Amino acid sequence: MNDKDIKLLEESFKKFYFDHFKLIHVPENPNQREFGFQKFNSGMSRHISLKTDKELHLLLMQKIPSDIYCSNACYSFPNLPMNEKDWKNAELIFDIDAKDLGVKSRDTHSCIKCTECNEIASLQQSCPKCNSNKLSKITLSCNDCITSTKTQVKKLKEILINDFGISSDSIQVFFSGNEGFHIYVNNSDYQELGSKERAELVDYIMFRGVIPETFGFKKFNSGKTSLPEFGESGWRGRLSNAIYGSKSKRTQVSRTIISSGYAAFQKQLEMLKDQIGVRIDPNVTVDIHRIFRLPGSLNSKSGLAKIIVNDIDKFDPYVDACFIDSDDVEVVANCPIQFSLKNKKFGPYNHETISIPKYAAVYMICKGIANHT
Amino acid sequence: MVNLGTDEIVKYPFLAEAGKYLNDKGFSLEQFGTDPDLKKIVDMAFERIKISTEGKIYSSNIPQSDSSLPMEVFSFLIAVILLKLTGMNTLIRRFSLAEARRSERFLEKDLSNYKDKTKEQMALKIMHDLFSITIQKQGDDFIIPASNYLKHSINFYEREWKLVNRKINNGSVFLTSHETVRLVRKEIDLYISSKIYSANTPEMIIGFQEYVNKLRTLAKKFEVKIVESSEYPPCIKHAIEILEKGENLSHSGRFMLGTYLLAKGQQVEQIAPLFKNAPDYNEKVTLYQLNHLAGKSSTTQYTCPSCEKLKTQNLCFAIPECDNIINPIQFGRKRV
Repeated sequence: MNDKDIKLLEESFKKFYFDHFKLIHVPENPNQREFGFQKFNSGMSRHISLKTDKELHLLLMQKIPSDIYCSNACYSFPNLPMNEKDWKNAELIFDIDAKDLGVKSRDTHSCIKCTECNEIASLQQSCPKCNSNKLSKITLSCNDCITSTKTQVKKLKEILINDFGISSDSIQVFFSGNEGFHIYVNNSDYQELGSKERAELVDYIMFRGVIPETFGFKKFNSGKTSLPEFGESGWRGRLSNAIYGSKSKRTQVSRTIISSGYAAFQKQLEMLKDQIGVRIDPNVTVDIHRIFRLPGSLNSKSGLAKIIVNDIDKFDPYVDACFIDSDDVEVVANCPIQFSLKNKKFGPYNHETISIPKYAAVYMICKGIANHT
Repeated sequence: MVNLGTDEIVKYPFLAEAGKYLNDKGFSLEQFGTDPDLKKIVDMAFERIKISTEGKIYSSNIPQSDSSLPMEVFSFLIAVILLKLTGMNTLIRRFSLAEARRSERFLEKDLSNYKDKTKEQMALKIMHDLFSITIQKQGDDFIIPASNYLKHSINFYEREWKLVNRKINNGSVFLTSHETVRLVRKEIDLYISSKIYSANTPEMIIGFQEYVNKLRTLAKKFEVKIVESSEYPPCIKHAIEILEKGENLSHSGRFMLGTYLLAKGQQVEQIAPLFKNAPDYNEKVTLYQLNHLAGKSSTTQYTCPSCEKLKTQNLCFAIPECDNIINPIQFGRKRV
């Protein structure tokens, strides 16, 4: 990112923060949280303490961060080094990201950028200009990806409420500002759980580590196997829906499963993991010392905001989370893929100098496929 | 804290305050070494330890009257004294586990005692006061909050204890009485062993020396020698392959590789070149991060993540040779 790009992004981000202070607040118990921020083209500053919205807004205006973060954990001493902080508890947070979902159409709206010569091209194994295989993948907005992530969010909420007994009022869903959602669970019994216990929650949600016995399969006496019924709670019920399809097929499918044996059923359960498990990022939930993008702030990977989502079905991130203004800006764009923001289509561009609304210019510069002139 | 009745102190002798208990009953330790009538209690105590080293559980008969009470409780308390005098940790570990399993049997029975509600209440109270587990009974089911279950179940490596293999509904986990008690075995074990470790070691008591010598000989049986192969486990091989191909290894993968090789005695300078092919390689950053893991630039020396954690991070590629190890650094280690 060159100096001109940074200047444009800093101006745009500063204006956004100045105009939208109402969107961005310190969380509950701010004096127990660790804050961190990054500036464009710069490293991370962590272990910062902010006590009020006023202090937060002042930091945004003075530092103009590219990204600002806050811990889900509460500490006695949030600004001391990690092992002296004295961890008290942390909200449960789940991250669902389109990049982890294996959406089939994803490659059609992705391109590569060579880390050696900065060439941008359609998806391929090596750089067409310098032959290097040190490539980064850039993916632009796509409704299929967002629809898939929404499906996962709904599956997760259903498990959190029905299986874990979390009240729906305690669950908040945020668009991450790029390609996914962050799901926060506030004020629950699970806040005091450490990393190992959270890994168990993760495995539950992702349907990992399952054994056939859980579903009534008897390893040494398969004749006495009694597989789950429709309408049962938890994974037994969900598995029934997935393997039988309909009530009329239950007897036949059960018979096939039993006659195929224990090992085959174990394999089948493992295969079902991606279909019926929720595709959360396990590392995010088990890390109890992480700092998360602050709700209401902008994401420097896209220029879109991390905002709360009240109605997930109606939510359109490429409209609802796009807050940068529409003043025209001139950029040189090298973007082989078409994308859409605020219901307007852009691209593809082939090393073209174009004048486009600032929100689209910021989006492309953040993605690394355009430069400000 | 739990108020113990006669019955409970026999079943759960580790809940008694040893010194006070002996005093209250009008005995001193010295008497056990010299009084021929009390010698059989020392014999029982010795037997109680010996049985624990064989992986068996000392069985006792719950007394119908107070007269047999001291034998049961005294043999436990004297066993603790013998263990302290012997000073062998391996015996203490085996003894506390066997005693934990012994008390498990009683707890399980008491928890499902429909006839005597006071026994059930006492068992529930022990579970609550000692192990912070609040249990609700619903028919034959024992229901505990999922958050509570997880704090205990993470001590198990068997898959059946994973939350995903449990019946759970509306934040509650459903268990049988056997499972409920089994859930706290490690905590009972720790409770007993910490009580033993924190007890004062008395001067050698006349008449105890012979038992102590026999126990020391017994403990020698458990000395093990370990041989280790130099082959890397599959998770580490996989991580190295990824780096060799110039592909991106995740942060957790790099953490695993760094901590593993450091644990195997490699130096930061030997490990750093492995990361040379990473798409984002920066020598300065790599050295800084490895030094950080090694505890050279920080106060914490990081350890290699467990196999369970690596499974969660999709970094585990187990093969039969892994043989149920719980951490990659155990790969290829064999007892001889």
